[in-house]
Amino acid sequence: MAPPLLTVENLRVSFPTHTGRVEVVKGISFTLGRERLGIVGESGSGKSMTGRSILKLIRKPGEVTADRLEFDGIDILGQSEKQMRAIRGARISMVMQDPKFSLNPVMTVGEQIAEALVTHQKLPRRDVQVRIIEMLHAVRINDPERVAKLYPHEVSGGMGQRIMIAMMLIPEPELLIADEPTSALDVSVQAQVLDIIDELVRNQGMGLILISHDLNLVSRYCDRILVMNAGRVVEECAAGQLENARHPYTKGLLAAMPVLNETRDELPVLDRTQWAGT
Amino acid sequence: MSTRDWLLADSPTSRLQANVGRAYRVFTALMGNPLSVLGGVIILVLLLTAAFAPWIAPYSPVGQDLANRLMPPSATHWMGTDELGRDIFSRVVWGSQITLTIVLLVALISAPLGLLIGAIAGYFGGWVDRILMGFTDIFLSLPKLILALAFVAALGPGINNAIIAIAITSWPAYARIARAETLTIRNAEYIQAVQLAGGGPIRLIVQHILPLCTSSMIIRVTLDMAGVILTAAGLGFIGLGAQPPLPEWGAMISRGRTFILDQWWVATMPGFAIIIVSLGFCFLGDGLRDVLDPKSEGKN
Amino acid sequence: MGRHVNAIDLKNLDIAYGDTKVVFDVNLSIPEGESFALVGESGSGKSTILRAIAGLAPDWTGDISVLGEARSHHVDRNVSRKVQMVFQDPYGSLHPRKTIDAALSEPLAIHGIGNRGERVEAMLSAVGLDQRFRFRFPHQLSGGQRQRVAIARALMLEPKVMLLDEPTSALDVSVQAEILNLLKRLRREQGLTFLLVTHNLPVVSFLCDRLAVMQQGRIVETADVAQLKSGGLREPYSRELLAATETGTGASALAHQTIKEPPAE
Repeated sequence: MAPPLLTVENLRVSFPTHTGRVEVVKGISFTLGRERLGIVGESGSGKSMTGRSILKLIRKPGEVTADRLEFDGIDILGQSEKQMRAIRGARISMVMQDPKFSLNPVMTVGEQIAEALVTHQKLPRRDVQVRIIEMLHAVRINDPERVAKLYPHEVSGGMGQRIMIAMMLIPEPELLIADEPTSALDVSVQAQVLDIIDELVRNQGMGLILISHDLNLVSRYCDRILVMNAGRVVEECAAGQLENARHPYTKGLLAAMPVLNETRDELPVLDRTQWAGT
Repeated sequence: MSTRDWLLADSPTSRLQANVGRAYRVFTALMGNPLSVLGGVIILVLLLTAAFAPWIAPYSPVGQDLANRLMPPSATHWMGTDELGRDIFSRVVWGSQITLTIVLLVALISAPLGLLIGAIAGYFGGWVDRILMGFTDIFLSLPKLILALAFVAALGPGINNAIIAIAITSWPAYARIARAETLTIRNAEYIQAVQLAGGGPIRLIVQHILPLCTSSMIIRVTLDMAGVILTAAGLGFIGLGAQPPLPEWGAMISRGRTFILDQWWVATMPGFAIIIVSLGFCFLGDGLRDVLDPKSEGKN
Repeated sequence: MGRHVNAIDLKNLDIAYGDTKVVFDVNLSIPEGESFALVGESGSGKSTILRAIAGLAPDWTGDISVLGEARSHHVDRNVSRKVQMVFQDPYGSLHPRKTIDAALSEPLAIHGIGNRGERVEAMLSAVGLDQRFRFRFPHQLSGGQRQRVAIARALMLEPKVMLLDEPTSALDVSVQAEILNLLKRLRREQGLTFLLVTHNLPVVSFLCDRLAVMQQGRIVETADVAQLKSGGLREPYSRELLAATETGTGASALAHQTIKEPPAE
C-alpha cells in the first residue's frame, strides 16, 4: 500500500484571548492518501484552521503544535518559511471561498495564472501562454484567450472560482485543499465547480481535502468524511455510510436539515450541552 | 459586587451599565498601550499645568526685570529669562492656558460643525450633497495657514480671531470624513430597519449615524490638535495670533529668534513645550485609533 | 360578508435599480395567513420585490397593495405597522452601538407606544431569548441569537405581514433549524402572512404553502409546495433548480426522527 500523502497526529491550534489560551483545534488525527477527504463542521468547529495549519498559514499569535504533521515524508512544522514557499502552490495548493477576495483586483486573469506557474517553474513565455490557455480550457471556460485578458471584477462568481482553481492547479500540486469553494456561489454553479475540481483531482491523481459546512455536498464529492465539532473529530466514516453515523452530533446535524419532501412539523434541534459545543 | 465587576458584567441590567461598561473596556484597552499612556500623561500634565498655573509659576509672566535679562537656565530661573527679564518657565506655564484654550475651542467649533454638515450631505445625497460638498471643497482647496492668515488679517490680530480663523479652516476635513462614513453606513441594514419602522431622517442622522462617526472623528480631532497648536504658533510667530505681552508659545519663539545663537533658551524652551504637547496628542490619537477602529465594529 | 382582502397584491410590477430594470411584469396574490416563497438564484430579482413591498426600492411601476391598501413608493409610517422585514445578514442588521433593548424599543418610540420595558421583555421571551441578553451589544451575541433579535424587532409593531429575506442563509445548519422552528411557531401563534425569499428549496418545503420560481426578473412558475415535494415542477428552469438541490439524498432518510430536544438557549 502506498504511504499516505499526509499524516496528521494530535494537531492542536490555539489562540490567546483575554481569558487565556483557547484551543480551536483540540488534538485531531487523520491520514490522507490519494483520495478525497471531506471535513465537515459548523462555524467554530476548527475545520478551516485545520486546512490552514497544513499549509503553515497560521501566524503568531496563533500556535500550531502536533505530534506529527507530515506531507510526503516532510515535517511541515519543521520547515522554514522559505521552504514552505517552495511547497505552497507547487505541492500543496488551496482554493478559498470567495474569488472576490482571493483574486488580485489589479492584475488580469492571465497575469495571475502566469504568476502562479512561473513562481515554481522556469518556462519560456510562449510555453507559459500555452499552459494558461490549456488550464482555462480544463476548467471549462469557453473563449480562454478573451478571458485571460479580463480583470477579476469583470467575471462572474462562478467563473472567478474556476479561475482560482486554474491558478491553484496549474503548477500540478499533489494535494489540493478546498476551503468552502462553493459557499459564495449560486446553487446551479456549485455543482459545475465541484465537478471540475473532482475531474481534475482524479485526472492528476491528487489528494483532495474538501472543507465545508454542507454535509450533503461533501458526501457526494468525497470518499471519506470527518465530522468536526468544537475542535474535535466526532465522526469518521465513508461517504456512502452517512446514514449509519454513530455520533449524536452527526445524527443531530443530519436530522436538523430540512429535506425536499419535508413532512415534519418541527425540526429536531441539537442539544449542545451534550458535548459542550458553542 | 465590586465596581470593576459591575463595569465588566457579561449581562448588564440597564442601558447605563451597558454603555458605561463599554466605555470602561475602551479605557482599559487604551491603557494597555504604553505610547498612548504616555500621550495621556502628557495631556494630563498640560491640563493640570493650565489649571494650576497661578500656583505653579514662580514668577509673574509679564513682570519685567531688565537687570536680569537674557539669563541662562539656573536654579532661580529654570528656563532662563527672556529679553525683558521675564522668567521663561513662568511664561511657558501660563502659556499652557492659551494653548489649551485654542485647542479646545477649535475642536469644539470645527468638529461638530464639520460632522453635521458631512452627515447631512452624506445622508441626503443629491443636490444637498453637491451644494454642501461644493462649499466644503472651496474651503478645502485653500491652504490652511494662508486662509487663517487671510481671516486674521481681515478680522484683526488677537487670540480670539486666531481661534476663529483656525476653526474655519479645520471643519472641511471633518465634513469630508463624516460624509464618507455616512455614505458607508447609509445603506446598512440596521439603518433600513429603522426606516422600515417609520423613523425619519433626523432620528436616523442624530441617533444612528452620528454615533458611528464619532470614533473616527475623535481620532482625527486628537491627531489634528498637534497641527492646530502649530498653526496657532505659526500665527503667533508672524505676530497675528496672541499679542504681546501674552505668553503664547509661538510668539515666544518668534521673539527668541534674534537671540537664537547666543541665548538659545529663549526660543527653544517654548519650542520644546510645543513639541512635547504635540507628541502627546499624536500618541493619544494613535492609541485611540487602535482601540476605536471602526473596522472592528460588528466583528466578533 | 366582508370582501376577502389579500395580504399582498402585486400587479404588473416592474422594478428598476439605477438604470437597469431588474424585475419584469410580476403578478402575485398572497392571501392572508399564507406562507409564500419566492425562489431563485442571485440576480433573479426576488429580494428586490421584497424591498419594493417594504418601500426600500422606490423605483417601480405597477401596483403594490398591502392588506387591501395600495402603497406609496417610499417608506410610510402607516404601512410600517402592517408589514415588517427580517434581513438576511444577522451581522449587519443590528446597530453595533445600540443595546438589544435600545434596538427593540426604537420602533415603539417612533410610534409613541408605551410600556416599552414590558413589551421588550415579552418579545424576548417570545423569540426564545433569555432576559440576560437584553442589555448586551450585538457583538456579544451569536448569529442565531442576533437573528432572533431581528425577528423580535420586526414583530414589535405587531405587523400582520412579514417579509423574510433569506433569514437563515447565513446561519449554521443547527441554528437554522431553531430559527425555522421559531418562525413556524410565531406564524401559527400570531396568524402571520409570510413572504419568504430563499434559494433553499427544503426550507420552502418546511415553512411554506406556495412558491413562485423566478429567473432573471420574471416569474417562471407558481406552484403549491405539494408539487415541490413530489418533484412535480413543470418548467425546465424549475426542474434545474430541483436537480441542483438533490445531492446525497441517502442521508435524508435519517431525517424522519421526531426527537424533540430543548432549545440551546
